[in-house]
Amino acid sequence: MSLENRPLTYSLAINEALKQMMEKDPSVILIGQGVKSPWYVGNTCKDLIETFGQDRVIDTPVSENGITGVAVGAAVVGMKTIVVHPRVDFMMYAMDPIINEAANWHYMFGGKSSVPVVFWGIINRHGEQAAQHSQALQALFAHIPGLKVVMPATPYDAKGLMIAAIEDPNPVVFIDDRDLYGMEDHVPQEYYSIPIGKGEIRKQGIDITVVAISAMGPLALEAGQTLEKEGISCEVIDPRTLKPLDEDLIFSSVKKTGRLAVIESAWKTGGVAGEIVARVAEECFSFLKAPIQRITLPDTPAPMSRTLEDAYYLKLKDIIEKIRSLTKG
Amino acid sequence: MHSKDFLLTLYRTMFLIRTCEESFVPGIHSGEIRCPVHLSSGQEAIAAGVCAALEKNDMIFGTHRSHGHYLAKGGDLNALVAEIYGKEKGCSRGRGGSMHVLITDKGYLASVPIVAGTISLAVGAALAAKIRKDKTIAVSFFGDGAAGEGVLYEAMNFASLKKLPILFVCENNYYSTHMPIRECRPDDTVHTISTPFGIPSFSIDGNDVVGVYETAKNLSETIRNGGCPAFLECRTYRFRGHVGPDDNIQGSHQDIRPQEEIDEWKTRDPIPRLAEYLKETFSINEGEFAQIHSAIENQVTQAHQFAKASPYPDPLELTRYVFRK
Ligand SMILES: Cc1ncc(C[n+]2csc(CCOP(=O)(O)OP(=O)(O)O)c2C)c(N)n1
Ligand SMILES: [Mg+2]
Repeated sequence: MSLENRPLTYSLAINEALKQMMEKDPSVILIGQGVKSPWYVGNTCKDLIETFGQDRVIDTPVSENGITGVAVGAAVVGMKTIVVHPRVDFMMYAMDPIINEAANWHYMFGGKSSVPVVFWGIINRHGEQAAQHSQALQALFAHIPGLKVVMPATPYDAKGLMIAAIEDPNPVVFIDDRDLYGMEDHVPQEYYSIPIGKGEIRKQGIDITVVAISAMGPLALEAGQTLEKEGISCEVIDPRTLKPLDEDLIFSSVKKTGRLAVIESAWKTGGVAGEIVARVAEECFSFLKAPIQRITLPDTPAPMSRTLEDAYYLKLKDIIEKIRSLTKG
Repeated sequence: MHSKDFLLTLYRTMFLIRTCEESFVPGIHSGEIRCPVHLSSGQEAIAAGVCAALEKNDMIFGTHRSHGHYLAKGGDLNALVAEIYGKEKGCSRGRGGSMHVLITDKGYLASVPIVAGTISLAVGAALAAKIRKDKTIAVSFFGDGAAGEGVLYEAMNFASLKKLPILFVCENNYYSTHMPIRECRPDDTVHTISTPFGIPSFSIDGNDVVGVYETAKNLSETIRNGGCPAFLECRTYRFRGHVGPDDNIQGSHQDIRPQEEIDEWKTRDPIPRLAEYLKETFSINEGEFAQIHSAIENQVTQAHQFAKASPYPDPLELTRYVFRK
């Protein structure tokens, strides 16, 4: 089998990124809850303890605040630290070291000290897990100066962006969605990285620009294919990095299509979708042929019951309808 | 010496919790029950013993593993089971599921799965009780894993500083998900953490319901009469997996804990233990136990029937309850 053509799942692509970086650079360490657990982090951490030992791959007590601070401190003294939170919900205990410390660090010390840390948070939802086990909180991090935020949507990007996040000399928030873990795609075996801040056009089109964040990518592509048959040509963009955002890619697409929908499976108010829409309104106003649309979750905590959960999450049908309505007239 | 009636009440509570917990197993396997369910089988004596020592208006707070606390505090069985099925008649109207139960009129304020999430809230309830001088006390139930979270230490310090009426109850079952306690803490006890804050600490056999009751009763009375907070560690073990009936690693339905350890703890099951004592002391016969058991089993069966027959929440009400009107 040629290396180029090797299919790999999203979660194993992350695993490969971690392995290759730990092999390459002895200062890379991984710390967090569940790195040795069969449930918590899928198979993203498979064989890491066995290969690199318990000094560099550290499962921890339930101490998100303290452990995240430990990761930041180790990074301050030169380790390249990845701290994993098996759910972004649990990461809320860690907001101080992430925001007050790491994000501000390089600036408030006049560029004399830096924090090469990756805050890796996993979105894990559905299955009636309810409000505290379902949240997608990327907007909180994207709001903060000094944090980069990446959300890969394919196995190829998961590997390349994890490597880029580890190599970046700044704090990077890496957020992945468990919904993507089983997705399989071609992933080169050799080391590579993807530049942080570069988006990608997933499907070319001329009638409407559809920016789809993280796990919404596959849905947007499916919607695009369905609409193509009706003669509606969607240009689907995966921003890959939420901060810094690849504005140029989005702007030039909107200038071409004159229409924009942004799909984010997170709350509407103050979301990343809103930020993208605002920037387009500022820069591309005169090119717009239709109102811009955000396609998001309602401003409601995740419900438990299946009937409510079904109404809560975005579905292909609704996405298709919304895009279609924007392209009428 | 406790009366036969009182001990039978403790027995019934424990048997109800066990029967109810085990009744979820088939539904979880079949997929009819979908929400994460953390069973407390094996740990019933703590919920039963502590709650029996409390007054109706005393305020308890729980965790992801709190069906037992709910039932022991007098929660409606039908509403618990309906909640786990995600039904409108559930105690949280199907919005919360197994990990978010409460009893509004009996002092069960909340259970949440964020580890240590309710400990400081329980201290807040104790602060309110002190300000109101209403003679209620707060109880915070949490696991050994929660002792990893810094908020527990902040909460203990504040409770001690302000002499708040709160009992911290740590259910030490020696595991925090996949992690044995010795991979989380320098030793396998928890209770000593309260002493630096001047909070008296106790570590007891959490599978001895009478012992749990007596200790909790003494402590709760001292706390109620204006003493300082107290910390009670109850040593116990869960018979089931962390979440669901078993640990189900890659579909293998194995437990990550050593089988000998599980078997050993099963010999210390709190329910047969009290049954033995009742038989010896009050010569209760098998027939009497059989009656108790079948009455409770019927109740639980009926609760499932009630839950299954209840409607799901109306999807048009998705955004209802975000704010209080
Ligand atoms: C803040 C937070 N971190 C991690 C988790 C994941 N988690 C759920 S239960 C649990 C272990 C809790 O162990 P313990 O407190 O001993 O309770 P037990 O499950 O043994 O009853 C963990 C880590 C969580 N729910 N919340
Ligand atoms: Mg435990």
